[in-house]
Amino acid sequence: MTLYVLLEGLIAFLLVAGGAFAFIGSLGMAHLQDFYMRLHGPTKATTLGIGCMLAASMLYFWVIDGQPHVQEMLITLFLFITAPVSAHLLAKTGLHLRLRRADRTRGDPPELRDEEVGEKPVPHPDLGHG
Amino acid sequence: MLDFALWTSMALVVAALLLNVYRLAVGPDMPDRLLALDTMYVNSIALIVLMGLWLNTKTYFESALLIAMLGFISTVAVCKYLLRGDIIE
Repeated sequence: MTLYVLLEGLIAFLLVAGGAFAFIGSLGMAHLQDFYMRLHGPTKATTLGIGCMLAASMLYFWVIDGQPHVQEMLITLFLFITAPVSAHLLAKTGLHLRLRRADRTRGDPPELRDEEVGEKPVPHPDLGHG
Repeated sequence: MLDFALWTSMALVVAALLLNVYRLAVGPDMPDRLLALDTMYVNSIALIVLMGLWLNTKTYFESALLIAMLGFISTVAVCKYLLRGDIIE
């Protein structure tokens, strides 16, 4: 009997932690200053939150039915694989569109540098042409 | 205890969805709105999982899986459109 109390406490903790992580991720997305900061919240916190919730659901149905189910595992695996890929594509899109950024955002990616082509003449490397 | 945890989690996920709607409406650029839509997909999957726990049924997990796949594919499609001006080259 005490095992079931422990399992219920674990499931309740996982549920509350998942909801809190999902909320913190969305709060970061709504509150932070520029796009490159906003990308952090949903990518990491929301993914961890939904992972916690799916683990709680898997544990609950395992306790109820006596056997684990595959669907929650599939959803967790799929979300954990696809979240970094979509975040990478979103970051590439933001760099491609040259979104404005706050001063606190560090880093100097080559996509955001000015083009150097054609600004000053390059001498021909062969001597005698100069 | 499980009831309380379930309702707390549902309230937090619904508040997260409201914040996503705010960013979707306000977001100054296109990638912001796209990020908000992607997060809304994930949060709706969380809400479906919580509904399955509340109703004590396993019927809705297939729909959650379907939403996960379609959300990823639509995000990638719109990203490709914004990056290249075309989806399938």
